[in-house]
Amino acid sequence: MTTTVAKTGPVPDYDYNIVRQFTIMSVVWGIFGMGMGVLIAAQLAWPELNDFWQPFSHFGRLRPLHTNAVIFAFGGSVLFATSYYVVQRTCQVRLWGGWLIPFTFWGWQAVIVAAAITLPMGFTSTKEYAELEWPIDILIALVWVAYALVFFGTIMKRRTSHIYVANWFFGAYIVTIAVLHIINNLEIPVAPFKSYSIYSGTKDAMIQWWYGHNAVGFFLTAAFLGIMYYFVPKQAGRPVYSYQLSIVHFWALISLYVWAGGHHLHYSALPDWAQSLAMVMSLILLAPSWGGMINGIMTLSGAWHKLRTDPTLRFLVVSLSFYGMSTFEGPMMSIKTVNALSHNTDWTVGHVHSGALGWVAMISIGALYHLVPVLWKRREMYSTKLINAHFWLATVGTVLYIAAMWVNGITQGLMWRAFNADGTLTYSFVESVVASHPGYVVRWLGGAMFLLGMLLMAYNVYRTITEKVNDAEADNTVRAVPAA
Amino acid sequence: MSTFWSVWVIVLTLANLALITWVLFANRKVAVDDQAEPENKTTGHVYDGIEEYDNPLPKWWFMLFIATLVFSAVYLVIYPGMGNFKGLGGWSSVGALEASQAKAQEKFDEQFGIYLDMPIEEIAQSPQALKMGSRIFANNCAVCHGADAGGNFGFPNLTDNAWLYGGTPEKILETLYNGRQGMMPPQGPVIGEEGVKNATEYVLSLNGLEHDKAMAAEGQKVFNTVCMACHGMDAKGNQLLGAPNLTDDLWLYGSDRAQIQHTIRSGRSNMMPAQKDKLREDKIRLVAAYVYNLSKQDEEQQ
Repeated sequence: MTTTVAKTGPVPDYDYNIVRQFTIMSVVWGIFGMGMGVLIAAQLAWPELNDFWQPFSHFGRLRPLHTNAVIFAFGGSVLFATSYYVVQRTCQVRLWGGWLIPFTFWGWQAVIVAAAITLPMGFTSTKEYAELEWPIDILIALVWVAYALVFFGTIMKRRTSHIYVANWFFGAYIVTIAVLHIINNLEIPVAPFKSYSIYSGTKDAMIQWWYGHNAVGFFLTAAFLGIMYYFVPKQAGRPVYSYQLSIVHFWALISLYVWAGGHHLHYSALPDWAQSLAMVMSLILLAPSWGGMINGIMTLSGAWHKLRTDPTLRFLVVSLSFYGMSTFEGPMMSIKTVNALSHNTDWTVGHVHSGALGWVAMISIGALYHLVPVLWKRREMYSTKLINAHFWLATVGTVLYIAAMWVNGITQGLMWRAFNADGTLTYSFVESVVASHPGYVVRWLGGAMFLLGMLLMAYNVYRTITEKVNDAEADNTVRAVPAA
Repeated sequence: MSTFWSVWVIVLTLANLALITWVLFANRKVAVDDQAEPENKTTGHVYDGIEEYDNPLPKWWFMLFIATLVFSAVYLVIYPGMGNFKGLGGWSSVGALEASQAKAQEKFDEQFGIYLDMPIEEIAQSPQALKMGSRIFANNCAVCHGADAGGNFGFPNLTDNAWLYGGTPEKILETLYNGRQGMMPPQGPVIGEEGVKNATEYVLSLNGLEHDKAMAAEGQKVFNTVCMACHGMDAKGNQLLGAPNLTDDLWLYGSDRAQIQHTIRSGRSNMMPAQKDKLREDKIRLVAAYVYNLSKQDEEQQ
């Protein structure tokens, strides 16, 4: 402890109101988005469920609603909550920005509500994860600029000499998402809810997947690594494992991710050179991705015993394991010969969800269980037992989901490419659909378990906020400002 | 790609990879193991109570990073990737596609070649050929005609030995090669709503279905002046025009009163797409034999 210790002083009056608002909405949108996921999973297993309220209830309209709700409504709210919380506490200053702060909250909620209305009505720009039409795109851009001003404004007036690593990741994600969102959504409006992309053909596809993959790389990876870098050492009460490692993997991760989008377009009209570069950069991404996992898991060394009693910490650790697994799977699937088997199959869906459920949702849940008691001045969550139940539901649900999709994906890949000696295809397409049905049922079950866990969380959060005692009837309030 | 963009791609790629390698090596030496130097454990930064060790990069992780960088360098020498540089291996996706297509065509010539000159009736005798025909059918035709070739609304049943354009091998081949354009012109404007309703009753009566006798009698007059031009005096249809037989109680667009009225009033337009540019000639012959055989089975059962 030599040189650059933070300037100490009285703990500032942090702005927790905005963090509380986004925390509540994280739980609400989590349940909404995952509930939508369970519904469309059921529609795939039992197609007659599409017919409830046609055309609004059709899979084709609800699927983008599911993805937008879980990524931008749930994930986005978690990121707003945690980044506003972390940037204040690690910079030792109150959030900067005045009216811009509530604008980010109400603006973002307006975006989500607009999505929930327009997508089922069939308004879509057809770009995956960027389906929202141009007026909503503009609102997103405005909210995002406000977000950047608040975040970087707070960094500017920090009282610590250095910027903490979590804030590097949050900063990178805020800047990059602004660039990606604006460039991919350049479009010519022809009606209030209809527009055409200014790009065409292969270029349009490349821009879309440059955006799409970095929605994963920056929104769902870099930003959640920011969460990891604060909440894991905090919950474990241990120093971060390696500063050097965080420097190397941060720069490698953010500079490589932007190249990788082309691997979504293997064996397409995208020029060979772009496909090769995308594959090569995706492979090099393996080590930088794992850097974050190593730094998180090694931070726990010396605190393993806490896992027995602290289910919140378990959420964080298991999320890092799933992160490591899906960031190994990703580079592997980007290899062209592997992609030839996996492309367009359920394997892709399984891969996304090992990241989305296992990594993003689990680390979010862990962070929320850490946040709620602090924000509402409680010693701990109302019920540790319920957190534990949530943990097992989430873990088993995720494993069921991924395993079902692996089996389905590999089955489909093999069936589609099976040839008879006479050169004809061995299976017609519908035979692979029939073979996939059991997997669809298991996937639905896994998703339903995950959703059930979220409902337990909502109940637990509600009781924590509204009651002054925990489930053992012991006083759960904190009167003084909690010690950091 | 112009030279400018080629150079742009190469420079950006190399610069990025070089910078990563530099960051990797630059951060290799300064680290301090938290076990080895307990006095100098952390970097000295404290953020909201969080401290940071300065452990060295794990060796296996460092080697993994290097391994992926080396692999990528080799890959970019052999395969296309660096702008306009095509790679020393001479691989291209178009080349790979053409090579595997050529290989497949060669195999197909072996497998299917013998069917080019064999008469359809003879192909239909070979269980092996029928099996292949059924697979080609499943992959190309089943999407409209159904996996069992039993048809669907608007898509003819191919198993019932009732033919719109004829069921001889020559006619089936003709249908497959060139496709068909089925067209029932709208008669509403010609015969009026009254005429539509009466003609419908007449068509129902031809098939022994429940109908209004008086209207059917009126309908017959309409039929004999307008419809007979294509469907014939006896209403048994005309395969040269693709006009269906209206007396066999087989229905492409449904047999209830409203559906028949709709057909007469507004007409129907249908299309079987030509296969000659999609399937090789020998494959078309195999499908033809398969379809021909389906109708023969139906005959045998009767």
